[in-house]
Amino acid sequence: MITSAETESSVDDLAVSEIVIEAGKSELHYWRDLWHYRELFYFLAWRDILVRYKQTFIGIAWAVLQPLVTTVVFTIVFEHFGKMKSEGAAPYAVMVFVAQLPWQFFSRALTEASNSLITNANLVSKIYFPRLIVPASSVITALIDFLISAALLAVIMFFYRFSPDWRIVFAPLFLLLALGVAMGAGLWFAALNVSYRDFRIIVPFIVQIGMYASPVAFSSKIVPEKWRLLYSLNPMVGVIDGFRWSLLGGEAALYLPGLFISVVLVALLLVTGIAYFRATERRFADVI
Amino acid sequence: MSKPVIQVENLGKKYQLRHENRERYVALRDVIASGITAPFRWAKTRLCTNGNTGARSSSTEDFWALKDLNFEIHKGDVLGVIGRNGAGKSTLLKVLSRITEPTTGRVRIRGRVASLLEVGTGFHPELTGRENIFLNGAILGMRRTEIHRKFDEIVAFAEVKKFLDTPVKRYSSGMYVRLAFAVAAHLEPEILIIDEVLAVGDAAFQKKCLGKMGEVAKQGRTVLFVSHNMGVVSSLTQRCIYLQNGQVAASGPSREIVEMYLMKSLEARGERSRDLSEFRRNRNPDAPVKVVAIGINGGNHDSTELPAIEIGSVFSIDIGLEVTKPLHGALIDITLKTSHGECVAVLFSWDKEYSLFLEPGRHTVTAQVRDLPLAPGNYFVDIGINQSVESNAYDVILDFPVFSIVNHGQVTHWLDRPWGVVHCSNVEWGKIS
Repeated sequence: MITSAETESSVDDLAVSEIVIEAGKSELHYWRDLWHYRELFYFLAWRDILVRYKQTFIGIAWAVLQPLVTTVVFTIVFEHFGKMKSEGAAPYAVMVFVAQLPWQFFSRALTEASNSLITNANLVSKIYFPRLIVPASSVITALIDFLISAALLAVIMFFYRFSPDWRIVFAPLFLLLALGVAMGAGLWFAALNVSYRDFRIIVPFIVQIGMYASPVAFSSKIVPEKWRLLYSLNPMVGVIDGFRWSLLGGEAALYLPGLFISVVLVALLLVTGIAYFRATERRFADVI
Repeated sequence: MSKPVIQVENLGKKYQLRHENRERYVALRDVIASGITAPFRWAKTRLCTNGNTGARSSSTEDFWALKDLNFEIHKGDVLGVIGRNGAGKSTLLKVLSRITEPTTGRVRIRGRVASLLEVGTGFHPELTGRENIFLNGAILGMRRTEIHRKFDEIVAFAEVKKFLDTPVKRYSSGMYVRLAFAVAAHLEPEILIIDEVLAVGDAAFQKKCLGKMGEVAKQGRTVLFVSHNMGVVSSLTQRCIYLQNGQVAASGPSREIVEMYLMKSLEARGERSRDLSEFRRNRNPDAPVKVVAIGINGGNHDSTELPAIEIGSVFSIDIGLEVTKPLHGALIDITLKTSHGECVAVLFSWDKEYSLFLEPGRHTVTAQVRDLPLAPGNYFVDIGINQSVESNAYDVILDFPVFSIVNHGQVTHWLDRPWGVVHCSNVEWGKIS
């Protein structure tokens, strides 16, 4: 009996078992190791959150201020000067803010994930752990900011006396989709960034252009019907449309072929991102 | 005999050295550019060299940081790894800690491994001491419950109780190192891999760390210890591996291997000793001063032959310094060591309240030593230039072969006895009852 209990505990503590280090053999225990190092994931995320608002004067309020100011500017420019129409019954500001939520989350998560290996270079070159933990934990701060903005959205909706219907239950699914886009692209960029520092410049550029290429400040309904499928090749179109559909209610209908393309693209991006990351991971410590 | 805890078979690690590009990472433009020009280059090589492809690889060169390494470590062994800068010690540790993959061969490790390749990996300057203990503990592989349990012990060991809620960026470098080591020292792995972490901090804390290391070794855990400090290696480890150009040059009992290693450095003394880079450790690149020459008795000894000193005579150790910024009171310490790496004496300039006030340029400082009748043998020095007693060094030279003490007839009797380290002949003998 005692022996069996002992074996059990040693099975639980994976590191007790024999480790074989050999060229090209790092895959063997990778996913098990990933689980084993989950506490490191938690601590790195915790560190990023702590550090983010240390030494800032208004602290967490920054997470509120950024989407708020952007929304005000977009509403003035696009609704009043550009004379654009909102979706359904929602006020223009609400429509913009609803899109701000996934967009800010995506852009922040992508930026953090892409730079994560470089900013944690000292860890990568001195300690062993499955490297996937680094980009994965870096998106948690973006998630926290998202939650703060979501609370703000509730306040804004209350202010406009606008209430979403039952479709709100689908919103988390679209958040998951946004996370997929950010992680998929983030893994690619993080791995590429290790060898090619050009991506430090490319990523902010993509985020900047992407905001105008995605229906953040306007409704995707203004895109002509014949171009919509092509427009959906931008996976954030599906995400933002989905958010508006689930939160704004009204007669807004989901453009299903576009959403389907988004989901397929995100899956593809994630799978190839993980594959590329895993393939280059073993060189990180040598190159970084 | 039980299975070894670490078993290394034919281990090799190859790096590619880039000649045209100094930076370790490449810019995308180079890849794109070389991708575009590749067909042309290929055609050119084809045309010019008739299919001889040798010319293409001229820009990169293979470098084997480790080659054909074979050794075993058994449970409870404390193994030292020594070698000059660039001999492959750090690469070996990185492979064993799974930070980088080997190119050839295999390593089997049986047991929980913790590796300390640096003090304070992952410390974040903005976080408080308390927060960093948790973060660093997690990075080193401790569980949250484990850190909670040892928290008070760690704080007591580091002596930072008062500053627990201060961001570590406000810590003095001594406090920082103490806290970092304290976390690491409370790891409880079965196999501990350590790289030179003891080369930091002030002397008192170094001593404490050494004590802790000895404790770890006594608990029957396996320790792999890389260091430049021969005295520490020979006192802390039983067995040693001597790495040279990525291969095991020798292995065996530490005392023997350390002696062999130190004697080998005589070869490095001659022409290669001009900037002392072979012996340099931890030089702060912004430091205003650098040790550029070490000699004795005003002589200029550039040969591989050690300058000789007659037993019992007064000698002086001369240190050539290159000063780039004015020095306002730097301190020098010289540690004299035997060929086994044991410390014989420490000459500390502050003992005589001597400190360096020097203008930029080259200077030579000398320390005249009386009353140190060393026994015949070869002697080595460690030299440190420090800003103050507590701070980290500007420059550190380790295990430089400085002189040999010879007996040219001063002592004529009982020559085959063990000499010890000091030839103490200044003794008044007498009958008191």
